[in-house]
Amino acid sequence: MSSVLFFIAATGVIAGAIGVVTLRSPFYSVLALVGHLISLAVLFLLLRAEFVAAIQVVVYAGAVMVLYVFVVAYVGDSGEPMGARLHGPGPLGSGLRKGGAVLAGCLLTELLIALLGTGLKAVSGYGAGYAPGPRTFGTAAYIGELLLTRFLLAFEVASMLLLIAAVGGVVLAARAGRPLAIGERRAGPGEPGEEVGAPLDLPRPPGTGTMAETVGGRS
Amino acid sequence: MTIAWYLAVSAIVFTLGAVGVITRRNPLVVLLCLELMLNGANLALVAFSRMWGNGDGQILAVIVMTVAACEVCIGLGMIVAIYRSRLPIDVDELRELQG
Repeated sequence: MSSVLFFIAATGVIAGAIGVVTLRSPFYSVLALVGHLISLAVLFLLLRAEFVAAIQVVVYAGAVMVLYVFVVAYVGDSGEPMGARLHGPGPLGSGLRKGGAVLAGCLLTELLIALLGTGLKAVSGYGAGYAPGPRTFGTAAYIGELLLTRFLLAFEVASMLLLIAAVGGVVLAARAGRPLAIGERRAGPGEPGEEVGAPLDLPRPPGTGTMAETVGGRS
Repeated sequence: MTIAWYLAVSAIVFTLGAVGVITRRNPLVVLLCLELMLNGANLALVAFSRMWGNGDGQILAVIVMTVAACEVCIGLGMIVAIYRSRLPIDVDELRELQG
């Protein structure tokens, strides 16, 4: 039973990965990645990692992929067919295809040698013993206890990293000034109408102690 | 199935992701292929965790997912910023930072 499930899930994982790499439209690539992630969660479940499988589906296939779909819908197609150079007839296209195939072969061989040729006896085993229970290996209680005791520092650093990334994402994607009309472009450096320091000039209350205030510049 | 099968799947997924990062031009798809590489590494981590009956690998997989979420946040913010400034969404055309 578990072998059948493994082969179904592994086929889904590899098919999803191939779809992400080869499909032309980024929107279809995102959908292929969603299928890949859900199949991967099944593999995690087979490896007795319930908590990791759950957050794989909730966080990755749920939240992160919705973010991707929004950005794909916002940016849209960039005009040129995706992978035109890869599928194109020119010498560059076939060269890239061959180079990609050679690289894939080399990398896969090396990884398989490294992972399967280790000589570790446990690699060809079925894993350590497992007894079902409320706080056993892989449950939320087990992971939570580890995160708040042995790995407390990693947990705190990850939370700080998330905060910094959220602030950075807002700063990068914030709209500076009024939106441009179609066909209009932002004034270049030195031209009249150029917004000084536009990308990072977020609205802020006066007297908040920025470097610009200290040196007598813009408040 | 033995642990070796899971490791083989993780190697294949990692390779596909690496090939995608190198051959695709759209930065959105490059980010998706980065996710594939991280997922391959995650599968290997969870498989080794199962092999030893030790939760450390699963903790590392959770941290890797956190870092991937941060990377997606910053990467998509950059893509939106590039789109706003009317630059082409193509990693081959964006040569402004080249020395």
